[in-house]
Amino acid sequence: MEQQELIPHLFRTEYRKITAVLCKTFGADNIDIAEDITGETFLSALETWPYKGVPQNPVAWLYLVEKNKAKNYLTRDHVFSEKISTQIISNSTGIEETEIDLSDKNIKDSQLQMLFAVCHPAISVESQIGLALRILCGFGIDEIANALLSNKETINKRLFRAKEKLRAEKIKIEFPDEAEIGKRLDTVLTTLYLLFSEGYYSESRDVVLREDLCLEAMRLTYLLIENEQTNQPKVKALFALMCFHASRFEARKTENGEIILYHDQDESLWNNEIIAKGAYYLHQASQENEISKYHLEAAIAYMNTIKADTREKWENILQYYNLLLQLEYSPVAALNRTYALSKVHGKQAAITEAEKLKLEGNHFYYTLLGELYTSIDDEKALQHLKKAILLAKTNTDRQTIQRKIETFTVTR
Amino acid sequence: MKEFMLIFRHEDGNKVASPEQIQIWMKQTMDWIGGIAAQNKFVSGTGLPFDESRVVHFNNVVTNGPFGEIKETIGGYIVVKADTVEEAVEFAKGCPVLQGDGNTVEVRKILDRPSLKYSEASAETANEK
Repeated sequence: MEQQELIPHLFRTEYRKITAVLCKTFGADNIDIAEDITGETFLSALETWPYKGVPQNPVAWLYLVEKNKAKNYLTRDHVFSEKISTQIISNSTGIEETEIDLSDKNIKDSQLQMLFAVCHPAISVESQIGLALRILCGFGIDEIANALLSNKETINKRLFRAKEKLRAEKIKIEFPDEAEIGKRLDTVLTTLYLLFSEGYYSESRDVVLREDLCLEAMRLTYLLIENEQTNQPKVKALFALMCFHASRFEARKTENGEIILYHDQDESLWNNEIIAKGAYYLHQASQENEISKYHLEAAIAYMNTIKADTREKWENILQYYNLLLQLEYSPVAALNRTYALSKVHGKQAAITEAEKLKLEGNHFYYTLLGELYTSIDDEKALQHLKKAILLAKTNTDRQTIQRKIETFTVTR
Repeated sequence: MKEFMLIFRHEDGNKVASPEQIQIWMKQTMDWIGGIAAQNKFVSGTGLPFDESRVVHFNNVVTNGPFGEIKETIGGYIVVKADTVEEAVEFAKGCPVLQGDGNTVEVRKILDRPSLKYSEASAETANEK
Protein backbone atom coordinates (compact mmCIF):
# COMPACT_ATOMS: atom_id res chain seq x y z
CA MET A 1 0.00 0.00 0.00
CA GLU A 2 1.28 3.45 -0.89
CA GLN A 3 2.24 5.60 2.03
CA GLN A 4 -0.32 8.31 1.33
CA GLU A 5 -3.01 5.65 1.44
CA LEU A 6 -1.53 3.78 4.37
CA ILE A 7 -2.05 6.40 7.05
CA PRO A 8 -5.71 7.12 6.21
CA HIS A 9 -6.25 3.37 6.05
CA LEU A 10 -4.67 2.86 9.48
CA PHE A 11 -6.64 5.81 10.76
CA ARG A 12 -9.81 4.00 9.68
CA THR A 13 -8.90 0.70 11.27
CA GLU A 14 -6.83 1.71 14.32
CA TYR A 15 -8.13 5.09 15.51
CA ARG A 16 -11.29 3.60 16.98
CA LYS A 17 -9.45 0.73 18.65
CA ILE A 18 -6.90 2.93 20.38
CA THR A 19 -9.47 5.54 21.36
CA ALA A 20 -11.77 2.91 22.87
CA VAL A 21 -8.96 1.44 24.95
CA LEU A 22 -7.88 4.87 26.18
CA CYS A 23 -11.45 5.87 26.99
CA LYS A 24 -11.81 2.69 28.98
CA THR A 25 -8.51 3.33 30.79
CA PHE A 26 -9.18 7.00 31.52
CA GLY A 27 -12.91 6.78 32.13
CA ALA A 28 -15.88 8.47 30.47
CA ASP A 29 -14.90 11.85 31.96
CA ASN A 30 -11.84 12.01 29.77
CA ILE A 31 -12.97 11.06 26.29
CA ASP A 32 -11.52 14.32 24.95
CA ILE A 33 -8.07 13.44 26.30
CA ALA A 34 -8.29 9.95 24.79
CA GLU A 35 -9.16 11.50 21.44
CA ASP A 36 -6.35 14.04 21.71
CA ILE A 37 -3.71 11.44 22.48
CA THR A 38 -4.85 9.26 19.59
CA GLY A 39 -4.87 12.29 17.32
CA GLU A 40 -1.31 13.17 18.37
CA THR A 41 -0.18 9.62 17.69
CA PHE A 42 -1.37 9.78 14.11
CA LEU A 43 0.15 13.22 13.75
CA SER A 44 3.51 11.72 14.78
CA ALA A 45 3.13 9.08 12.10
CA LEU A 46 2.37 11.76 9.51
CA GLU A 47 5.44 13.72 10.57
CA THR A 48 7.89 10.85 10.97
CA TRP A 49 7.12 8.27 8.32
CA PRO A 50 7.78 10.41 5.24
CA TYR A 51 11.34 11.05 6.47
CA LYS A 52 12.30 7.88 8.30
CA GLY A 53 10.28 5.53 6.18
CA VAL A 54 7.28 3.43 7.14
CA PRO A 55 8.11 1.12 10.05
CA GLN A 56 8.06 -2.62 9.37
CA ASN A 57 5.02 -3.11 11.53
CA PRO A 58 3.10 0.18 11.34
CA VAL A 59 0.34 -0.92 13.74
CA ALA A 60 2.84 -1.96 16.41
CA TRP A 61 4.57 1.39 15.93
CA LEU A 62 1.31 3.25 16.48
CA TYR A 63 0.52 1.23 19.58
CA LEU A 64 3.95 1.85 21.06
CA VAL A 65 3.80 5.59 20.43
CA GLU A 66 0.29 5.68 21.83
CA LYS A 67 1.36 3.88 24.99
CA ASN A 68 4.26 6.27 25.55
CA LYS A 69 2.15 9.33 24.94
CA ALA A 70 -0.48 8.07 27.35
CA LYS A 71 2.15 7.33 29.99
CA ASN A 72 3.74 10.73 29.54
CA TYR A 73 0.38 12.29 29.92
CA LEU A 74 -0.24 10.44 33.15
CA THR A 75 3.08 11.36 34.75
CA ARG A 76 3.22 14.91 33.38
CA ASP A 77 -0.24 16.15 33.98
CA HIS A 78 -0.74 16.12 37.72
CA VAL A 79 -4.18 17.57 37.62
CA PHE A 80 -5.22 14.86 35.29
CA SER A 81 -3.49 12.08 37.17
CA GLU A 82 -5.10 13.21 40.40
CA LYS A 83 -8.46 13.21 38.74
CA ILE A 84 -8.18 9.72 37.44
CA SER A 85 -5.86 8.33 40.10
CA THR A 86 -8.78 7.23 42.25
CA GLN A 87 -10.04 5.22 39.37
CA ILE A 88 -6.72 3.62 38.60
CA ILE A 89 -5.85 3.00 42.24
CA SER A 90 -9.16 1.26 42.66
CA ASN A 91 -7.94 -1.01 39.89
CA SER A 92 -5.02 -1.67 42.28
CA THR A 93 -2.22 -0.44 40.03
CA GLY A 94 -0.19 2.69 40.54
CA ILE A 95 0.09 5.33 37.85
CA GLU A 96 3.61 4.26 36.94
CA GLU A 97 2.54 0.71 36.27
CA THR A 98 -0.57 1.67 34.38
CA GLU A 99 -0.26 -0.41 31.30
CA ILE A 100 -2.18 0.60 28.23
CA ASP A 101 -3.38 -2.82 27.19
CA LEU A 102 -3.72 -2.91 23.41
CA SER A 103 -4.25 -6.64 23.14
CA ASP A 104 -6.95 -7.88 20.77
CA LYS A 105 -9.09 -8.96 23.67
CA ASN A 106 -8.91 -5.67 25.51
CA ILE A 107 -9.56 -3.75 22.30
CA LYS A 108 -12.73 -5.76 21.68
CA ASP A 109 -13.85 -5.52 25.31
CA SER A 110 -13.21 -1.79 25.39
CA GLN A 111 -15.12 -1.21 22.16
CA LEU A 112 -18.02 -3.26 23.43
CA GLN A 113 -18.11 -1.41 26.75
CA MET A 114 -17.85 1.93 24.96
CA LEU A 115 -20.76 0.87 22.77
CA PHE A 116 -22.90 0.36 25.85
CA ALA A 117 -21.74 3.66 27.36
CA VAL A 118 -22.41 5.61 24.15
CA CYS A 119 -25.84 4.02 23.73
CA HIS A 120 -26.89 4.93 27.23
CA PRO A 121 -30.61 5.75 27.44
CA ALA A 122 -29.76 9.09 29.11
CA ILE A 123 -28.19 10.36 25.87
CA SER A 124 -30.40 11.49 23.01
CA VAL A 125 -30.47 9.14 20.04
CA GLU A 126 -29.05 11.82 17.73
CA SER A 127 -26.08 12.29 20.02
CA GLN A 128 -25.63 8.55 20.40
CA ILE A 129 -25.27 8.22 16.65
CA GLY A 130 -22.82 11.11 16.45
CA LEU A 131 -20.74 9.82 19.32
CA ALA A 132 -20.75 6.28 17.95
CA LEU A 133 -19.53 7.54 14.57
CA ARG A 134 -16.81 9.61 16.20
CA ILE A 135 -15.47 7.31 18.92
CA LEU A 136 -16.44 3.85 17.75
CA CYS A 137 -16.07 4.30 14.01
CA GLY A 138 -13.35 6.95 13.86
CA PHE A 139 -15.27 9.27 11.53
CA GLY A 140 -14.13 12.85 11.18
CA ILE A 141 -16.49 15.69 12.08
CA ASP A 142 -16.76 16.62 8.39
CA GLU A 143 -17.68 13.09 7.46
CA ILE A 144 -20.32 12.87 10.16
CA ALA A 145 -21.79 16.19 9.06
CA ASN A 146 -21.82 15.07 5.45
CA ALA A 147 -23.34 11.68 6.19
CA LEU A 148 -26.07 13.11 8.41
CA LEU A 149 -26.62 16.08 6.06
CA SER A 150 -25.80 18.49 8.81
CA ASN A 151 -22.98 20.96 9.42
CA LYS A 152 -19.81 20.88 11.49
CA GLU A 153 -21.09 23.26 14.17
CA THR A 154 -24.22 21.23 14.82
CA ILE A 155 -22.28 17.99 15.01
CA ASN A 156 -19.67 19.51 17.31
CA LYS A 157 -22.39 20.82 19.60
CA ARG A 158 -24.08 17.46 19.59
CA LEU A 159 -20.86 15.65 20.51
CA PHE A 160 -20.09 18.20 23.21
CA ARG A 161 -23.51 17.76 24.78
CA ALA A 162 -23.21 13.97 24.60
CA LYS A 163 -19.85 13.97 26.37
CA GLU A 164 -21.19 16.37 28.97
CA LYS A 165 -24.10 14.01 29.55
CA LEU A 166 -21.72 11.07 29.98
CA ARG A 167 -19.95 13.05 32.69
CA ALA A 168 -23.07 14.39 34.36
CA GLU A 169 -24.77 11.02 34.50
CA LYS A 170 -21.53 9.43 35.72
CA ILE A 171 -21.89 6.76 33.08
CA LYS A 172 -19.26 4.09 33.56
CA ILE A 173 -17.50 2.41 30.68
CA GLU A 174 -18.30 -1.10 31.66
CA PHE A 175 -20.34 -4.08 30.69
CA PRO A 176 -23.87 -3.84 32.13
CA ASP A 177 -24.99 -6.29 34.83
CA GLU A 178 -26.53 -9.56 33.79
CA ALA A 179 -29.91 -8.30 35.00
CA GLU A 180 -29.68 -5.06 33.05
CA ILE A 181 -28.19 -6.39 29.87
CA GLY A 182 -31.44 -7.22 28.10
CA LYS A 183 -32.83 -3.71 28.47
CA ARG A 184 -29.56 -1.96 27.66
CA LEU A 185 -29.03 -4.21 24.67
CA ASP A 186 -32.35 -3.01 23.22
CA THR A 187 -31.12 0.59 23.24
CA VAL A 188 -27.84 -0.45 21.64
CA LEU A 189 -29.68 -2.34 18.90
CA THR A 190 -31.98 0.62 18.23
CA THR A 191 -28.97 2.89 17.78
CA LEU A 192 -27.18 0.42 15.50
CA TYR A 193 -30.37 -0.01 13.48
CA LEU A 194 -30.67 3.78 13.11
CA LEU A 195 -26.98 4.10 12.27
CA PHE A 196 -27.49 1.60 9.48
CA SER A 197 -30.61 3.40 8.25
CA GLU A 198 -28.81 6.76 8.31
CA GLY A 199 -26.37 5.31 5.82
CA TYR A 200 -28.88 3.36 3.81
CA TYR A 201 -31.35 6.19 3.34
CA SER A 202 -28.88 9.06 3.47
CA GLU A 203 -29.35 11.70 0.82
CA SER A 204 -25.64 12.40 0.90
CA ARG A 205 -24.02 12.29 -2.54
CA ASP A 206 -20.97 10.56 -1.17
CA VAL A 207 -21.57 6.91 -2.13
CA VAL A 208 -18.53 5.54 -0.30
CA LEU A 209 -19.44 7.35 2.88
CA ARG A 210 -23.02 6.11 2.82
CA GLU A 211 -21.85 2.52 2.51
CA ASP A 212 -19.22 3.03 5.18
CA LEU A 213 -21.91 4.07 7.61
CA CYS A 214 -23.81 0.85 6.95
CA LEU A 215 -20.69 -1.30 7.16
CA GLU A 216 -19.72 0.31 10.47
CA ALA A 217 -23.17 -0.44 11.87
CA MET A 218 -22.71 -4.04 10.74
CA ARG A 219 -19.24 -4.23 12.25
CA LEU A 220 -20.50 -3.02 15.62
CA THR A 221 -23.42 -5.44 15.51
CA TYR A 222 -20.98 -8.22 14.74
CA LEU A 223 -18.99 -7.20 17.81
CA LEU A 224 -22.08 -8.08 19.85
CA ILE A 225 -22.38 -11.44 18.09
CA GLU A 226 -18.78 -12.28 18.94
CA ASN A 227 -19.45 -11.71 22.62
CA GLU A 228 -21.11 -14.60 24.40
CA GLN A 229 -23.42 -12.57 26.63
CA THR A 230 -24.69 -10.39 23.84
CA ASN A 231 -24.88 -13.07 21.17
CA GLN A 232 -28.68 -13.16 21.47
CA PRO A 233 -31.25 -14.12 18.83
CA LYS A 234 -32.38 -10.52 18.30
CA VAL A 235 -28.78 -9.42 17.68
CA LYS A 236 -28.32 -12.12 15.05
CA ALA A 237 -31.66 -11.18 13.53
CA LEU A 238 -30.62 -7.53 13.26
CA PHE A 239 -27.35 -8.56 11.64
CA ALA A 240 -29.28 -10.72 9.14
CA LEU A 241 -31.57 -7.77 8.36
CA MET A 242 -28.55 -5.55 7.69
CA CYS A 243 -27.05 -8.22 5.41
CA PHE A 244 -30.20 -8.47 3.27
CA HIS A 245 -30.36 -4.70 2.85
CA ALA A 246 -26.63 -4.39 2.24
CA SER A 247 -26.83 -7.03 -0.50
CA ARG A 248 -28.63 -4.43 -2.62
CA PHE A 249 -26.10 -1.59 -2.27
CA GLU A 250 -24.94 -1.88 -5.87
CA ALA A 251 -28.38 -2.22 -7.33
CA ARG A 252 -30.41 0.43 -5.55
CA LYS A 253 -28.84 3.67 -6.64
CA THR A 254 -27.54 5.14 -9.84
CA GLU A 255 -24.12 6.70 -9.93
CA ASN A 256 -25.74 10.08 -9.29
CA GLY A 257 -27.38 8.76 -6.16
CA GLU A 258 -30.88 8.48 -7.60
CA ILE A 259 -32.86 5.68 -6.07
CA ILE A 260 -33.66 2.74 -8.31
CA LEU A 261 -36.90 1.23 -7.11
CA TYR A 262 -36.92 -2.43 -6.14
CA HIS A 263 -38.84 -3.51 -9.22
CA ASP A 264 -36.44 -1.79 -11.57
CA GLN A 265 -33.30 -3.11 -9.90
CA ASP A 266 -30.89 -5.33 -11.80
CA GLU A 267 -30.91 -8.53 -9.74
CA SER A 268 -27.54 -9.56 -11.08
CA LEU A 269 -26.13 -6.71 -9.00
CA TRP A 270 -27.50 -8.17 -5.78
CA ASN A 271 -24.71 -9.64 -3.69
CA ASN A 272 -25.52 -13.31 -3.20
CA GLU A 273 -22.67 -13.86 -0.81
CA ILE A 274 -24.10 -11.32 1.65
CA ILE A 275 -27.61 -12.70 1.13
CA ALA A 276 -26.30 -16.17 2.10
CA LYS A 277 -24.65 -14.69 5.16
CA GLY A 278 -27.93 -13.03 6.14
CA ALA A 279 -29.80 -16.31 5.65
CA TYR A 280 -27.28 -18.07 7.88
CA TYR A 281 -27.71 -15.56 10.72
CA LEU A 282 -31.50 -15.46 10.35
CA HIS A 283 -31.50 -19.25 10.67
CA GLN A 284 -29.24 -19.01 13.74
CA ALA A 285 -31.52 -16.34 15.20
CA SER A 286 -34.55 -18.58 14.84
CA GLN A 287 -33.24 -21.48 16.92
CA GLU A 288 -34.87 -20.22 20.07
CA ASN A 289 -38.44 -19.35 20.79
CA GLU A 290 -37.99 -15.61 20.51
CA ILE A 291 -39.41 -13.31 17.89
CA SER A 292 -38.27 -9.71 17.88
CA LYS A 293 -39.15 -7.03 15.38
CA TYR A 294 -35.71 -7.62 13.88
CA HIS A 295 -36.64 -11.26 13.20
CA LEU A 296 -39.75 -10.16 11.34
CA GLU A 297 -38.07 -7.37 9.42
CA ALA A 298 -35.24 -9.72 8.48
CA ALA A 299 -37.72 -12.36 7.35
CA ILE A 300 -39.47 -9.76 5.17
CA ALA A 301 -36.15 -8.57 3.77
CA TYR A 302 -35.24 -12.19 3.04
CA MET A 303 -38.50 -12.66 1.13
CA ASN A 304 -37.56 -9.62 -0.91
CA THR A 305 -34.36 -11.30 -2.03
CA ILE A 306 -36.64 -13.54 -4.10
CA LYS A 307 -37.72 -11.35 -6.96
CA ALA A 308 -40.37 -13.65 -8.46
CA ASP A 309 -43.85 -12.30 -7.66
CA THR A 310 -45.44 -15.47 -6.30
CA ARG A 311 -48.57 -15.51 -4.18
CA GLU A 312 -46.75 -17.63 -1.61
CA LYS A 313 -44.06 -15.00 -1.19
CA TRP A 314 -46.60 -12.23 -0.66
CA GLU A 315 -48.66 -14.34 1.75
CA ASN A 316 -45.55 -14.82 3.86
CA ILE A 317 -44.72 -11.12 3.73
CA LEU A 318 -48.29 -10.21 4.71
CA GLN A 319 -48.18 -12.54 7.71
CA TYR A 320 -44.83 -11.15 8.84
CA TYR A 321 -46.23 -7.61 8.64
CA ASN A 322 -49.32 -8.70 10.58
CA LEU A 323 -47.04 -9.91 13.38
CA LEU A 324 -44.67 -6.97 13.16
CA LEU A 325 -47.53 -4.48 13.59
CA GLN A 326 -48.74 -6.34 16.66
CA LEU A 327 -45.27 -6.06 18.19
CA GLU A 328 -44.71 -2.45 17.24
CA TYR A 329 -46.85 -0.13 15.16
CA SER A 330 -45.21 2.12 12.62
CA PRO A 331 -46.78 3.98 9.67
CA VAL A 332 -44.23 2.48 7.27
CA ALA A 333 -45.09 -1.06 8.35
CA ALA A 334 -48.82 -0.27 8.10
CA LEU A 335 -48.38 0.99 4.51
CA ASN A 336 -46.17 -1.89 3.46
CA ARG A 337 -48.61 -4.36 4.95
CA THR A 338 -51.38 -2.87 2.87
CA TYR A 339 -49.26 -3.19 -0.26
CA ALA A 340 -48.59 -6.87 0.57
CA LEU A 341 -52.33 -7.30 1.16
CA SER A 342 -53.05 -5.99 -2.34
CA LYS A 343 -50.72 -8.66 -3.73
CA VAL A 344 -52.58 -11.40 -1.86
CA HIS A 345 -56.22 -10.26 -1.78
CA GLY A 346 -56.29 -7.79 -4.67
CA LYS A 347 -56.30 -4.04 -5.02
CA GLN A 348 -59.95 -3.47 -4.11
CA ALA A 349 -59.56 -5.17 -0.72
CA ALA A 350 -56.35 -3.23 -0.13
CA ILE A 351 -58.03 0.11 -0.92
CA THR A 352 -60.65 -0.58 1.75
CA GLU A 353 -57.90 -1.35 4.28
CA ALA A 354 -55.73 1.57 3.16
CA GLU A 355 -58.49 4.10 3.66
CA LYS A 356 -58.78 3.03 7.30
CA LEU A 357 -55.13 3.89 7.97
CA LYS A 358 -55.76 7.63 8.17
CA LEU A 359 -52.19 8.63 7.42
CA GLU A 360 -53.03 11.91 5.68
CA GLY A 361 -49.88 13.98 5.95
CA ASN A 362 -47.69 11.06 4.95
CA HIS A 363 -46.70 11.18 1.27
CA PHE A 364 -46.14 7.43 1.17
CA TYR A 365 -49.81 7.03 2.06
CA TYR A 366 -50.84 8.86 -1.10
CA THR A 367 -48.18 7.08 -3.16
CA LEU A 368 -49.68 3.79 -2.00
CA LEU A 369 -53.23 4.92 -2.80
CA GLY A 370 -51.99 6.09 -6.19
CA GLU A 371 -50.51 2.66 -6.81
CA LEU A 372 -53.65 0.84 -5.63
CA TYR A 373 -56.04 2.95 -7.69
CA THR A 374 -53.93 2.53 -10.82
CA SER A 375 -56.00 0.68 -13.47
CA ILE A 376 -58.98 0.67 -11.10
CA ASP A 377 -59.64 4.40 -11.21
CA ASP A 378 -56.80 6.22 -12.94
CA GLU A 379 -58.32 9.63 -12.28
CA LYS A 380 -58.22 8.99 -8.53
CA ALA A 381 -54.77 7.46 -8.79
CA LEU A 382 -53.47 10.66 -10.37
CA GLN A 383 -55.12 12.81 -7.71
CA HIS A 384 -53.43 10.83 -4.98
CA LEU A 385 -50.03 11.02 -6.65
CA LYS A 386 -50.41 14.79 -6.97
CA LYS A 387 -51.14 15.01 -3.25
CA ALA A 388 -48.11 12.82 -2.59
CA ILE A 389 -45.77 15.09 -4.50
CA LEU A 390 -46.91 18.10 -2.48
CA LEU A 391 -46.14 16.30 0.77
CA ALA A 392 -42.86 14.65 -0.27
CA LYS A 393 -39.91 15.80 1.80
CA THR A 394 -36.89 14.95 -0.30
CA ASN A 395 -35.92 15.53 -3.92
CA THR A 396 -35.46 11.83 -4.48
CA ASP A 397 -39.02 11.14 -3.38
CA ARG A 398 -40.39 13.96 -5.54
CA GLN A 399 -38.52 12.62 -8.56
CA THR A 400 -39.82 9.10 -7.98
CA ILE A 401 -43.41 10.30 -7.74
CA GLN A 402 -42.99 12.62 -10.71
CA ARG A 403 -41.84 9.70 -12.85
CA LYS A 404 -44.99 7.80 -11.87
CA ILE A 405 -47.21 10.75 -12.74
CA GLU A 406 -45.50 10.97 -16.12
CA THR A 407 -46.26 7.32 -16.94
CA PHE A 408 -49.92 8.24 -16.48
CA THR A 409 -49.89 11.19 -18.82
CA VAL A 410 -48.08 9.11 -21.42
CA THR A 411 -50.53 6.20 -21.37
CA ARG A 412 -53.63 8.38 -21.33
CA MET B 1 -58.96 6.42 24.12
CA LYS B 2 -60.80 3.49 25.68
CA GLU B 3 -59.91 -0.17 25.49
CA PHE B 4 -62.29 -2.97 24.67
CA MET B 5 -61.92 -6.71 24.89
CA LEU B 6 -63.33 -8.75 22.03
CA ILE B 7 -64.04 -12.27 23.27
CA PHE B 8 -64.48 -15.06 20.70
CA ARG B 9 -67.12 -17.59 21.69
CA HIS B 10 -67.55 -20.82 19.80
CA GLU B 11 -70.89 -22.50 20.02
CA ASP B 12 -69.44 -26.00 20.12
CA GLY B 13 -65.81 -26.55 20.97
CA ASN B 14 -66.09 -30.25 20.21
CA LYS B 15 -66.42 -29.70 16.48
CA VAL B 16 -63.22 -30.84 14.87
CA ALA B 17 -61.95 -28.90 11.88
CA SER B 18 -59.47 -30.19 9.33
CA PRO B 19 -55.88 -28.93 9.55
CA GLU B 20 -56.37 -27.17 6.19
CA GLN B 21 -59.48 -25.42 7.50
CA ILE B 22 -57.64 -24.40 10.67
CA GLN B 23 -54.81 -23.06 8.51
CA ILE B 24 -57.25 -20.88 6.56
CA TRP B 25 -58.87 -19.57 9.74
CA MET B 26 -55.50 -18.80 11.20
CA LYS B 27 -54.52 -16.71 8.18
CA GLN B 28 -57.86 -14.91 8.16
CA THR B 29 -57.57 -14.17 11.86
CA MET B 30 -54.03 -12.89 11.44
CA ASP B 31 -55.14 -10.66 8.55
CA TRP B 32 -58.01 -9.34 10.64
CA ILE B 33 -55.74 -8.58 13.62
CA GLY B 34 -53.08 -7.18 11.28
CA GLY B 35 -55.67 -4.77 9.87
CA ILE B 36 -56.48 -3.50 13.36
CA ALA B 37 -52.78 -3.27 14.25
CA ALA B 38 -52.15 -1.32 11.02
CA GLN B 39 -54.51 1.34 12.39
CA ASN B 40 -52.51 1.37 15.62
CA LYS B 41 -55.56 0.12 17.49
CA PHE B 42 -54.29 -3.28 18.62
CA VAL B 43 -53.30 -3.68 22.27
CA SER B 44 -52.91 -7.40 22.97
CA GLY B 45 -54.54 -10.74 22.51
CA THR B 46 -54.12 -14.45 22.17
CA GLY B 47 -55.80 -17.64 21.15
CA LEU B 48 -56.81 -20.02 23.94
CA PRO B 49 -56.11 -23.64 22.99
CA PHE B 50 -58.14 -26.44 24.54
CA ASP B 51 -55.23 -28.59 25.58
CA GLU B 52 -53.93 -28.13 29.09
CA SER B 53 -57.12 -26.50 30.21
CA ARG B 54 -58.98 -27.16 33.44
CA VAL B 55 -62.05 -25.86 35.18
CA VAL B 56 -61.92 -25.36 38.91
CA HIS B 57 -65.34 -25.63 40.59
CA PHE B 58 -66.84 -24.96 43.97
CA ASN B 59 -64.96 -26.84 46.71
CA ASN B 60 -61.89 -26.96 44.48
CA VAL B 61 -63.20 -29.73 42.30
CA VAL B 62 -61.10 -29.76 39.15
CA THR B 63 -62.38 -31.03 35.83
CA ASN B 64 -60.76 -31.35 32.45
CA GLY B 65 -61.24 -28.56 29.96
CA PRO B 66 -64.24 -26.39 29.34
CA PHE B 67 -65.82 -29.15 27.21
CA GLY B 68 -68.78 -31.34 27.56
CA GLU B 69 -71.03 -29.91 30.14
CA ILE B 70 -71.01 -26.37 28.74
CA LYS B 71 -72.02 -25.71 25.22
CA GLU B 72 -69.99 -22.60 24.62
CA THR B 73 -66.23 -22.22 24.74
CA ILE B 74 -63.93 -19.24 24.55
CA GLY B 75 -61.42 -19.59 21.72
CA GLY B 76 -59.44 -16.44 22.35
CA TYR B 77 -59.63 -12.70 22.77
CA ILE B 78 -58.01 -9.48 21.67
CA VAL B 79 -57.92 -6.06 23.29
CA VAL B 80 -58.34 -3.05 20.98
CA LYS B 81 -58.24 0.72 21.33
CA ALA B 82 -61.42 2.52 20.30
CA ASP B 83 -63.10 5.84 21.02
CA THR B 84 -66.55 4.32 21.34
CA VAL B 85 -68.14 0.93 21.75
CA GLU B 86 -69.54 1.37 18.22
CA GLU B 87 -66.01 1.57 16.83
CA ALA B 88 -65.05 -1.57 18.74
CA VAL B 89 -68.15 -3.29 17.36
CA GLU B 90 -67.02 -2.39 13.82
CA PHE B 91 -63.71 -4.17 14.52
CA ALA B 92 -65.59 -7.18 15.92
CA LYS B 93 -67.72 -7.47 12.76
CA GLY B 94 -64.62 -8.45 10.78
CA CYS B 95 -63.70 -11.33 13.10
CA PRO B 96 -63.47 -14.63 11.16
CA VAL B 97 -64.97 -16.50 14.16
CA LEU B 98 -68.31 -15.07 13.04
CA GLN B 99 -68.23 -17.23 9.92
CA GLY B 100 -69.45 -20.07 12.13
CA ASP B 101 -73.19 -20.01 12.71
CA GLY B 102 -73.91 -19.64 16.42
CA ASN B 103 -70.48 -18.22 17.24
CA THR B 104 -70.31 -14.78 18.80
CA VAL B 105 -67.85 -12.02 19.57
CA GLU B 106 -68.58 -10.30 22.82
CA VAL B 107 -67.41 -6.69 23.12
CA ARG B 108 -66.60 -5.56 26.65
CA LYS B 109 -65.16 -2.30 27.82
CA ILE B 110 -62.06 -2.60 29.97
CA LEU B 111 -62.19 -0.63 33.20
CA ASP B 112 -60.23 2.61 32.94
CA ARG B 113 -57.07 2.49 34.94
CA PRO B 114 -57.21 5.09 37.69
CA SER B 115 -55.13 7.94 36.32
CA LEU B 116 -52.29 9.60 38.17
CA LYS B 117 -54.02 12.97 37.95
CA TYR B 118 -57.00 11.59 39.78
CA SER B 119 -54.92 10.18 42.64
CA GLU B 120 -52.94 13.43 42.91
CA ALA B 121 -56.14 15.42 43.07
CA SER B 122 -57.59 13.16 45.73
CA ALA B 123 -54.35 13.38 47.69
CA GLU B 124 -54.59 17.17 47.58
CA THR B 125 -58.16 17.23 48.76
CA ALA B 126 -57.19 14.80 51.50
CA ASN B 127 -54.45 17.19 52.62
CA GLU B 128 -56.80 20.12 52.62
CA LYS B 129 -59.02 18.30 55.03
